[in-house]
Amino acid sequence: MFYHEILVVGGGLAGLRAAIEAHDAGCEVGVLSRVHPVRSHSVAAQGGINAALGNHPDARDDNPERHAFDTVKGSDYLADQDAVEILTGEAPARIYEMEHWGCPFSRTEEGRIAQRPFGGAGYPRCCYAADKTGHALLHTMFEQTLRRGIKVYEEWQVVSLAVADGRCYGVVALDLKTGRLEAVGARAVVFGTGGAGRIYARSTNNIINTGSGMAVAYMAGVPLKDMEFIQFHPTSLFGNNVLMTEGARGEGGHLLNALGERFMEKYAPKAMELAPRDIVARAIQTEIDEGRGFPGGYVHLDLTHLGAERILERLPAIRDIAINFTGVDPIHEPIPIQPGQHYFMGGIDTDADGATEVAGFFAAGECACVSVHGANRLGGNSLLETIVFGRRAGAAAARFVKDEADGVGGEKVEKVLAAAMAEATRRVTWVLEADGPEDPAALRDELRENMFTNIGLFREEGAMKAGLDKVRELRERFRRIGIRHRGRRYNLDWARNLELEGMILVAEAIAAGALARRESRGSHFRTDYRERDDRDFLKHTIARLTEDGPELEYRPVTITKWEPKARTY
Amino acid sequence: MATTEKTRVSEERAGRAPVGVERVVLKVYRFDPETDERGRLDTFEIPYVDGMTVLDALFTVLEKIDGSLAFRFSCREGICGACAMFINGSYRLACETQVARLLREGHREVHVMPLPHLPVIRDLVVDMTRFWECYEAIAPWIVTRSADPEKERPQSPEERKLIDEYVGCILCGSCFSSCPSVWTGKEYLGPTAMMKTFRWLADTRDEAHDERLGLVAHEKGAWRCHTIFNCVEACPKRINPTSAIQGLKGRTVAALLRGAKGLRAGRKALADGP
Repeated sequence: MFYHEILVVGGGLAGLRAAIEAHDAGCEVGVLSRVHPVRSHSVAAQGGINAALGNHPDARDDNPERHAFDTVKGSDYLADQDAVEILTGEAPARIYEMEHWGCPFSRTEEGRIAQRPFGGAGYPRCCYAADKTGHALLHTMFEQTLRRGIKVYEEWQVVSLAVADGRCYGVVALDLKTGRLEAVGARAVVFGTGGAGRIYARSTNNIINTGSGMAVAYMAGVPLKDMEFIQFHPTSLFGNNVLMTEGARGEGGHLLNALGERFMEKYAPKAMELAPRDIVARAIQTEIDEGRGFPGGYVHLDLTHLGAERILERLPAIRDIAINFTGVDPIHEPIPIQPGQHYFMGGIDTDADGATEVAGFFAAGECACVSVHGANRLGGNSLLETIVFGRRAGAAAARFVKDEADGVGGEKVEKVLAAAMAEATRRVTWVLEADGPEDPAALRDELRENMFTNIGLFREEGAMKAGLDKVRELRERFRRIGIRHRGRRYNLDWARNLELEGMILVAEAIAAGALARRESRGSHFRTDYRERDDRDFLKHTIARLTEDGPELEYRPVTITKWEPKARTY
Repeated sequence: MATTEKTRVSEERAGRAPVGVERVVLKVYRFDPETDERGRLDTFEIPYVDGMTVLDALFTVLEKIDGSLAFRFSCREGICGACAMFINGSYRLACETQVARLLREGHREVHVMPLPHLPVIRDLVVDMTRFWECYEAIAPWIVTRSADPEKERPQSPEERKLIDEYVGCILCGSCFSSCPSVWTGKEYLGPTAMMKTFRWLADTRDEAHDERLGLVAHEKGAWRCHTIFNCVEACPKRINPTSAIQGLKGRTVAALLRGAKGLRAGRKALADGP
């Protein structure tokens, strides 16, 4: 058992930004991370980060309000508009701060931060560092963490949250290198644990994105919000679904079907390839489903007209990826792409300070849902969310620690941690010793295929019911798994099976939320309810875990300036 | 910069093995320092699938054959740096390395070793502690003396180009693991730390020039590089640390001739952050 005043879980952009803020506010901070911080999924973000800086000649009159409107419209009006105004209002300051911290953004001729057009945005406002923006930001953030001497525990996996009487006292985590389970006490805990993309087949996400943070919070009684909203990125590489940045279309890339048609003119005649992701992804899938794709199920992302110079300067990484994995050089040939699961708009239910229902427990970044993305996130807003709300969550945690005068004595803390430790020990030991007939790897594959097929881009009552039944079946079968290896040290089998339990729980929340939402909104598209229904469903889904699975309730959406309107591009 | 020749790329069609390949033989290094006296190579035979990478092959072993295999992974697209390994005699990222490419290179089996010259925690997982300590030793963050401007610090595209190669580093440890001066000189900070020092010196926004040089102008720093060029060959991101280190040597000499006081400032002068 050990303690930190504030414990951050997750070494990606949101977690590190929270840690830095809490440290700078005078708190003592420790960070637990599943991987070394620079291996976190933030590193894989490519295209850029939005802020209305007005550096592009076509964006001189851009401003945070326009950015907010684009975000709200992109969200299909499900985002909370007060939170969106915070996101876009704080964006310029956060970007300049990253620049002052040394982030190597690409530059305009005038020496300013370069910006490119991105989907669903009225102006070119996506700041970038070639097509490695996440890498540039995360390495910069890690440098700032080192500069402050913040303690980072690498390769620790959190297995439960220590909660009693509505207050969080720390976590229980597994040190993968030693296989030791530890209770870690803290006066406040901030999760920046990332998304759960790996619940889906065809995900663009890092292999570590299993939603373990969401699951741990959910199991501790913290509700999840809007889980049915899953973003499918239009352009993931055919074969292994590695991301091909929206920046490729921002730089002028075209989408072509097997007939050579620029089919987006049928779906979004004005915005074309730069319509929001939900619309472009469905357009691509429609082309494929109606027989105008290529055999195997893909279309072309054509960059050949951009020229070698532009591709080498602005899109070098995706060129390398395309060559490496498919043998296609985008300078000479179009890239085979298909939609792939990309992002969770939903997550741990938080307010705009990252606070949750549980006192002392905060969350930010993809694991959280404020909500600023509503039913569909705009490209370039997720990196922005990590630094805006990571900072706010870190500040709020620091304020909480300082303001708190609840007289919690050491004895109570130790009791709660000991209880959490006992419960976690029982669970992880069970997984380590499990000797049933079910193969967890097969369960994981079935789960991922089930989610992609039954609760994917196009949804319908019957398929979703089958999908939910399947998830429940997997939940049962998980109780009969067998493990292959029983050693404690660096046991991947063990760690991944622990994650699998959480993946199944999160999947159930997704399926239940999707079934109950009888409308189409943003990424949640139902062939049996094709229209948005503001009368009945302009509201957030809140899922609480009970013995019988998720229990749903609803909460109104905050509207400040923009009444819901039809969404055309 | 990688080749842009269409023919070479098209012929390889990266994901395709030579005709007739149905199974792949993997030889994987296994070692548990707590129970084994020395490491061994385990042989696994797995079905070959088009597009299979070395990382995919390791997962197949983990999930289907031997659940005790330990290795690192994360992004599976060559940007996070977690899975640098010594594969068929070269430093490579397991996630980027096509099994088909290895077969086309003439290898009959896939040979997977951990990064050499680093302590093994288990199997392919190495202890990177010293690598990170060396990286931290050079104060790898921006240092500015002037007040932050309201907006960005200006930098022209040409100035930005000066650091482009070096900011592409993914901190995978390949160059560090490959450097004979690291193997033999226990205190050498190594090519990553040197290259990153040069990255900050080359950054027009950084204002700690002589102090940075002071952290590497000694026998544990730039002078320890004997231009063996292993690091250049090892880097999966085609960065040239050796050339950066020669830049450091030149700048150090110039600073010494100038009698620059900053050379003796020490790391603390750069660490006084917020």
